Amino acid sequence: MKLHEYQAKELLRRHGVPVPPGEAAKTVAEAVAAAEALGGNFWVVKAQVHAGGRGKGRFKEVSDSAILEAVVAGAADVPGKGGVQLCRSMEDVRAAAQMMLGKTLVTKQTGIEGVEVKCVLVTTGADIAQELYVAVLLDRTNSRLLLMASTEGGTEIEEVAEHNPGAIKKVWADSVTGLGDWQCRQMAYELGLTSKKASRGAAKLFKGIYETYIATDATMVEINPMVVSEDGDVVALDAKVAIDDNALFRQKEIASWYDESEDDPAEVAAAKYNLSFIKLDGNIGCMVNGAGLAMSTMDIIKFYGGEPANFLDVGGGAGKEQVKAALEIITRDPTVKCILVNIFGGIMRCDVIAEGVIAAVAETGLNVPLVVRLAGTNAELGKQLLAESGLSIIPADTLADAAEKAVSAVAGK
Amino acid sequence: MAVLVDKNSRILTQGITGSAGAFHTRMCMEYGTNFVAGVTPGKGGQWFDGKVPIFNTVAEAVKITAANVSMIFVPPPFAADAIMEAADAGVALIVCITEGIPANDMVKAWAYIQGKGVRLIGPNCPGVITPGAAKIGIMPGHIHTPGRVGVVSRSGTLTYEAVGQLTAVGLGQSTCIGIGGDPVIGTRHIDALQLFNDDPDTDAVIMIGEIGGSAEEDACAWAKDNMTKPIVGFIAGATAPPGRRMGHAGAIISGGQGGAEDKYAAMLAAGVHVVRSPADMGKRMREVMEAEGLI
Repeated sequence: MKLHEYQAKELLRRHGVPVPPGEAAKTVAEAVAAAEALGGNFWVVKAQVHAGGRGKGRFKEVSDSAILEAVVAGAADVPGKGGVQLCRSMEDVRAAAQMMLGKTLVTKQTGIEGVEVKCVLVTTGADIAQELYVAVLLDRTNSRLLLMASTEGGTEIEEVAEHNPGAIKKVWADSVTGLGDWQCRQMAYELGLTSKKASRGAAKLFKGIYETYIATDATMVEINPMVVSEDGDVVALDAKVAIDDNALFRQKEIASWYDESEDDPAEVAAAKYNLSFIKLDGNIGCMVNGAGLAMSTMDIIKFYGGEPANFLDVGGGAGKEQVKAALEIITRDPTVKCILVNIFGGIMRCDVIAEGVIAAVAETGLNVPLVVRLAGTNAELGKQLLAESGLSIIPADTLADAAEKAVSAVAGK
Repeated sequence: MAVLVDKNSRILTQGITGSAGAFHTRMCMEYGTNFVAGVTPGKGGQWFDGKVPIFNTVAEAVKITAANVSMIFVPPPFAADAIMEAADAGVALIVCITEGIPANDMVKAWAYIQGKGVRLIGPNCPGVITPGAAKIGIMPGHIHTPGRVGVVSRSGTLTYEAVGQLTAVGLGQSTCIGIGGDPVIGTRHIDALQLFNDDPDTDAVIMIGEIGGSAEEDACAWAKDNMTKPIVGFIAGATAPPGRRMGHAGAIISGGQGGAEDKYAAMLAAGVHVVRSPADMGKRMREVMEAEGLI
């Protein structure tokens, strides 16, 4: 589960990481009040969306399509104001909040559709002498947590890895004793932070983000940039935190912060039935049991020249209700021109799947061709139920047969 | 004897009285697998289906029954602890089926079992089967045939698909290992390839990877110089969008890494017989084995 910047900063603050003071606002009036409460004469208003590239993003309502296309293509300089605005007066704050709230922000990561901004973070500015990058994440190669930092703050780490891999410094935490204070100090010195204040501040920040990672069951804590001021103050200027979905059962407060408006409505609906669903761009809807087979079904559709409309794993123990819900979610998508059901029954019995399919079709009707491939446990019984149902279902015997039939059905053959 | 498990394996189930643990223990026993004990804290002294004694702790179960394999069906919040309990009790092979264990818990459990002489399969996996001898996990036993092809995969049903295809082209399996779809797992592709390479009863291997991480690349780097048996390889998720978790906790392309094309390239560099269509795994294995004079 991804968090908004203001939520991430709240968690970091609780674990001793210095972050600039700020407040989240959902209306223009709240944004102005937040700026007044913060005081001073300089503020930053930041759109709260999960997608990256906010600063270089542009708002759909006030930008022409050429600009939006340039943003999506990742252009460095596009005219206009983006999702992060520097404000030197209350009028600026008001204008920035007005431009963002309820509007659609298009960034390199959102695609041309963009995302609606429902909340902004109003924060104070920071004095920046140096920008760095730092993150804690799981290193899958050795199953240990990794503290990774670079002097190239403000740049995406993937880019640094490509152009200047030597700039990336890494230390690994011991899985029993944790990240040592000495490791945090060592990292600060390796990054060239030699003044006493800056090296201490950085080491404290490193320890703090590691502790945030552990305490919140994160899968990533990324500070980009972490800034050092002229007098050596260290603060986390931006923050990205993602939480392990498998640990939400014990992270109840964080789980309650879930913002379903950030996710595709079909994905939210699917999650309610414990279905794993991801919307894609094609027109062949898929319903499959098992994540690996579901990905493979997408792959084979493409292999035969078609385009999958979604990834959908109904899981290992799905019953009739889930199968029905899955089919309903797929058929609700107007771009779907054919549906491919691919089930290899293990624990899941093919006859149960067949009953679910029949019930869903009977209740919701079906206006696109449906290809069904059943294999494994009770496959014959399932096929028989489908054949006797009188529904116009295209049966398939193998994975290749199913993919070919689905692709032909879309082509109208 | 194939690898990991055979008729002589002495198996216990942790979480034997839970609904999934009970159901699958029964299915495995029907397959002819040798279950000697079950563990559920608080139910020690009872019997499972009147056939298998239940103990309060793994240590007690091992002491009395000499169990050497544990199949874990403990719910996610307690599963990492169950893995450590089994390791501490001296069980040689731990097969953890549980899906949904927090990654932080697995980081600790993974560290804990190092150096203890324990092998972990999973978690979030279908288990291990040596057809005709022992089934430890949730895979449908009836689709398997005893034979000489090893199968290793991160997925469940995709493994069944591969097995179904092998059986359909007349090729049996030595052992099928589902290593699991999580980011932190015990046995990886490289370990499975090593086991199959050393196994006199395995002639060839189907290796099924998926997007996320670099375990397939690591395995291929090893196979390039060390594997003496042919491998047929497939990677699931060539069409998956970056940054999205495709069902499995570990199946995500992040930071430009973990994509299918890099994995395919590593396979080709290691001389793996790559199939781009998941429907061709069995057929291709038959062709490769015929060409190598293995059948």
